[in-house]
Amino acid sequence: MPADHPPPPVLRLKGITKRFGPLLANDGISLELDRGEVLALLGENGAGKSTLVAILFGHYVADAGSVEVDGRTLPPGQPRAALDAGVGMVHQHFTLADNLSVLDNVMLGTESLWWPFSRRDAGRRRLLELGMRFGLAVDPLARVASLSVGERQRVEILKALYRGARVLILDEPTAVLTPQESDTLFATLRQMVAAGLAIIFISHKLDEVLRVSHRIAVLRGGRLVAVLPTAGADKPLLAEAMVGRSVEMPRRAAAPARQGAPACELRAATVLSREHGRGRPLLDAVDLQVQAGEIVAVAGVSGNGQAVLADLLCGQVALDGGSLRVADRPLPARPRAFVHAGVARIPEDRHAVGVVGDLALWENAVLERYHRPAYARFGVMKRRQAMAAAQALVERFDVRGTEAAGVHTVTRRLSGGNMQKLILGRALMAGREFGATPPLIVANQPTWGLDVGAVAYVHQQLLDAAAGGSGVLLISEDLEEVFALADRIAVMHRGRLGEPRPARAWTLASIGLAMAGGGQRQAAATAVARS
Amino acid sequence: MRLERRDTPSRRAALLAPVAAIAGTLVVASLLVAWAGAPVAQAYWLLLEGGFGSRFAITETLTRATPLILTGLAAAVAFRARLYNIGAEGQLYLGALAAVAVGGLHGGSGWAAPVWLLFPAMLAAAALAGALLLLGPALMKSRLGVDEVVTTLLLNFIVLLFVGAMLDGPMKDPAAMGWPQSVALQEPLQLDRLVERSRVHSGLPAALLAALLLWALLKFTTHGFEIRAVGANARAAAFAGMPVGWVTVKVALLSGALAGLAGAIEVAGRAGYVTLDMSPGYGYSGIVIAMLAALHPLGVVAAAVFVAGILVGADSLSRAVGVPTYIADVIVATALIAVLVATLFTQYRVRWAGSR
Repeated sequence: MPADHPPPPVLRLKGITKRFGPLLANDGISLELDRGEVLALLGENGAGKSTLVAILFGHYVADAGSVEVDGRTLPPGQPRAALDAGVGMVHQHFTLADNLSVLDNVMLGTESLWWPFSRRDAGRRRLLELGMRFGLAVDPLARVASLSVGERQRVEILKALYRGARVLILDEPTAVLTPQESDTLFATLRQMVAAGLAIIFISHKLDEVLRVSHRIAVLRGGRLVAVLPTAGADKPLLAEAMVGRSVEMPRRAAAPARQGAPACELRAATVLSREHGRGRPLLDAVDLQVQAGEIVAVAGVSGNGQAVLADLLCGQVALDGGSLRVADRPLPARPRAFVHAGVARIPEDRHAVGVVGDLALWENAVLERYHRPAYARFGVMKRRQAMAAAQALVERFDVRGTEAAGVHTVTRRLSGGNMQKLILGRALMAGREFGATPPLIVANQPTWGLDVGAVAYVHQQLLDAAAGGSGVLLISEDLEEVFALADRIAVMHRGRLGEPRPARAWTLASIGLAMAGGGQRQAAATAVARS
Repeated sequence: MRLERRDTPSRRAALLAPVAAIAGTLVVASLLVAWAGAPVAQAYWLLLEGGFGSRFAITETLTRATPLILTGLAAAVAFRARLYNIGAEGQLYLGALAAVAVGGLHGGSGWAAPVWLLFPAMLAAAALAGALLLLGPALMKSRLGVDEVVTTLLLNFIVLLFVGAMLDGPMKDPAAMGWPQSVALQEPLQLDRLVERSRVHSGLPAALLAALLLWALLKFTTHGFEIRAVGANARAAAFAGMPVGWVTVKVALLSGALAGLAGAIEVAGRAGYVTLDMSPGYGYSGIVIAMLAALHPLGVVAAAVFVAGILVGADSLSRAVGVPTYIADVIVATALIAVLVATLFTQYRVRWAGSR
């Protein structure tokens, strides 16, 4: 009787090692992926997930190790070879041409340029057939620009399937989706594995991983620390494997709502788009009050006006209508006016907006205040005082990675978490300079891309600031964060802000509905019924 | 092959980079020297000797370096703030013209103001002319988003035609026997010789002082802090409350003033009058010098002396063995490319596809 040969795994990674200077991004990682399986790749930012996938897809060349698809070794460093072997990738940030149709996007690059005619009819039939088979219904002739984010993601998946992908890599696919859209995606993934595809699902959200995967591989510090079947895993176990220790996440204790002067008050605040003259409203008659000592969260799917709201409250854009008062005073739309009013501002993109990466840490620490008498006289900077202030910030906010160069460390070299501590420290200390506590803290996605330890730190700082009497406006797409911190939650959809309601009044389902625009239609309907 | 970013810039590469850049430059240039039929080793020796090998060579090199330091500083400070001023050539000519307009022998005698008044007025006029010439492009950039590379570059041609018109018209020297050149500066306004029997003039210490002042400005003042922050990340600077548009305007005024001063000092230190060939591209060489110096004001001095030495050395090389003087341009251009590539390698490494 011949030996029973199991079919080779569809994908096999053997001893993948990759080094960037002193950093070991991947350390001898070996993994196998079988047909009909969803393997979750779990790990914090910087654990090596992206590097591993980049090697798998041929964007990077590994220092050691190999990638096999169906038992055949892929030539390293050739994305084309990975594509031809049936490896498809759906990036977190979509790679679609907005002005082309779905069909054009899907067919782009699949046809020979030597053949004068495009076989669009055949392409369309194939696309429709794939859509039927996997429940990915999209109109092939619709322009991508007119699609929702969830639909665009379907197009990305169809693109990979159209090219004959049998191994599909999804990089943080739910980051841009509402909870309901995520459910739809998970249903699709189940259909695809039932049809024999294999899927690698990259995420750092434990709930999702537990729901969608068959097996879970946990990366930490570039090493594969655990591979376990999902059936036997739970959240605390995974969190500890991911972080290497157990982490206590701070939560908002029920706080008495203080009825003092509002830290910030928006009335019918309207900001119009500057494109094509003055067009549609980006912020549409937004009413919002943040009381002192209160944390108000604004949730919503990315791109529904939260960024404009944050810009407005950081002095970056001016109102086209309505009013804005901070600590009972109107403010001109200049960042410096907001700094002087003591507003602590934490921008969404710390690398591009939060710090000047090429300057030293101490220079970034005084970036908002370098012209104040404390740090400059007659246009000459008091470098020693500025450096001392930066040193105090480093110690008070526990900024790491400054052992070698101290406050002269080039800011770009700091990790995301330490960079965020620097920004947080700068914002809070600037606020203190103008009063005992910053009256208002505007935190836009303050923990985006941070590891668990840094997230806990940032959350604790925001909670402490609120306990100290600051009003906190938290803008976040991370619902777990919203529920952990907020006293009141409002949902933003298409530039309109729903009514803030106490956190207890929301459920995951109701918030998801509101994020998709459902809640507001309901509210509008009730309003109509009432009148 | 592909480039990968190094996680931390390699220190070994940072030390090796300039050496490799010079070696690469010499190799490329020697191919051309050999092509011109000259012995390579001897040619390099002549180049070095011609640029730095004698009292005459050194004084000539320093004379050439004087305007180059100033245009190099003009480019360096503007580039620091990401204001790509390609118009130093035009600003230099307009500065020279303004200097002669204030201090020239109009009507045979010129203005009868005392020297202590007229000399600063001459320099101020030159600085102002250069500054105002760059103000337009800077405002158009900060207000309307017009690309300053295009506007400053094209202004060069407009200014040169304007200078040509003036030299053939209102400012023409009637005693020049029909040559298009301006009237001369008043004798007391012309700069003193620094070394006897040479052309080095007191503009050299002035240029060195300018480099020192600019270095201090960038390092120690709030203005310098703003310039560096806006140049490195304008969005973050604006978020923190810096007046980005105003910083751009300040930098433009400073950069244009430095280039305008280069024109005044070149006129007052050399010929004493303006001609259309008074600058063999000092404004453009300033860009190369600023890049070679990594936009550091003190580095600009070293880079300017290096470039001036090559230019002077190439003249003597061409006299001795008949290699065209264009070899100097090739060497300077190759050096720039080599330095840029070498700097790239301190931040990136090469990966050969398929290699382990």
